[in-house]
Amino acid sequence: MLNIFITFFKIGALTFGGGYAMIPLMQNEIIAQGWLNQAEFLNIIAISEMTPGPIAINSATFVGYQYAGIPGAALATLGVVAPSIIIMVIFAKLLAKLKASKYGIALQGIGVGVAALIAAAVFGLIKSSITNWAEAAIAVTALVLAIKTKLSPIIIILASGFVGVVLYGYIL
Amino acid sequence: MQLLWQIFSSFFKIGAFTIGGGYAMLPVMQRDLVDRLKWLDEQEFMETIAVTQSAPGAIAVNTAIFIGNRMAGLPGVVAGALGVVLPSFIIILSIAIFFQNILTWQPAINFFAGVRPAVVALIAHVAWKMGRKLITGKFYLALFAVALPIIVLVPEIHPVWVIFGSGIATIVWAAYQGRSQKEVE
Repeated sequence: MLNIFITFFKIGALTFGGGYAMIPLMQNEIIAQGWLNQAEFLNIIAISEMTPGPIAINSATFVGYQYAGIPGAALATLGVVAPSIIIMVIFAKLLAKLKASKYGIALQGIGVGVAALIAAAVFGLIKSSITNWAEAAIAVTALVLAIKTKLSPIIIILASGFVGVVLYGYIL
Repeated sequence: MQLLWQIFSSFFKIGAFTIGGGYAMLPVMQRDLVDRLKWLDEQEFMETIAVTQSAPGAIAVNTAIFIGNRMAGLPGVVAGALGVVLPSFIIILSIAIFFQNILTWQPAINFFAGVRPAVVALIAHVAWKMGRKLITGKFYLALFAVALPIIVLVPEIHPVWVIFGSGIATIVWAAYQGRSQKEVE
């Protein structure tokens, strides 16, 4: 049982770049431990990507549950979160130091670099998520609503989900 | 106690509406943390994303912990982490226990097919708002104009290097300008 915690601690501590980056390491560890076979693992990843929530947490919860029920789910989640707690507290101190130093100016440039990262991600997402006119129409409508109204992103997300249900289920 | 509840409930929302991983959390996060609660300004929001991307671990979790720590120390860390994790925990356990065949349930597939393009648009909106606030001069515009094609054309490049690179470029530029930090801003 403790094994679950240790394995997911390792996954949380060693993967840079968020949930998607965790999948290969998770796959190696979990299949090597014999907790799940390849097909079960891929099914869990597909569900984790589709459902709300960070993919790392979704898949940890799911794998933990499959292997050892609710306690397993809790231990896996705790394991994947624990390294972040330690690392983030250290990073917060480092950021404060950088900010106070004469190199603090770097932070505005870093902000611009992050904006470029997000913009670049949008290009990739457009290619993978907008493949026909219906998807393009949803995206454009969402963008216009976000720019022109004060609607919360949550409302826009829910509304577009219902548009999807109606559009793909009953119209197209 | 009210602050802890705010941290918890904000990150609960962020966890529940991060659909599709990665940057999908940004629109809800920006709305809540920057616009509504005003815990961060745009610059600090970008710094936070830079920090949480440069560290190992899930980015949404890192952000919850980072903000929790900033607002309320260790109790804030616990509130943020619990908040961001709990929706996943509840949703995934329900699926695992009752509903393993969700992948083939058509209305769910259609719902997420509708959500995906909207999330792309919302992320684009975040990038636009951030860029407008942070690109305050020619140097920052040039930095953006150089970074963007590099990231698009070389997808293997890790975000950490972009973050490092733009930080160092800014320091070099500021030194070259030979001005004090205040004047540069």
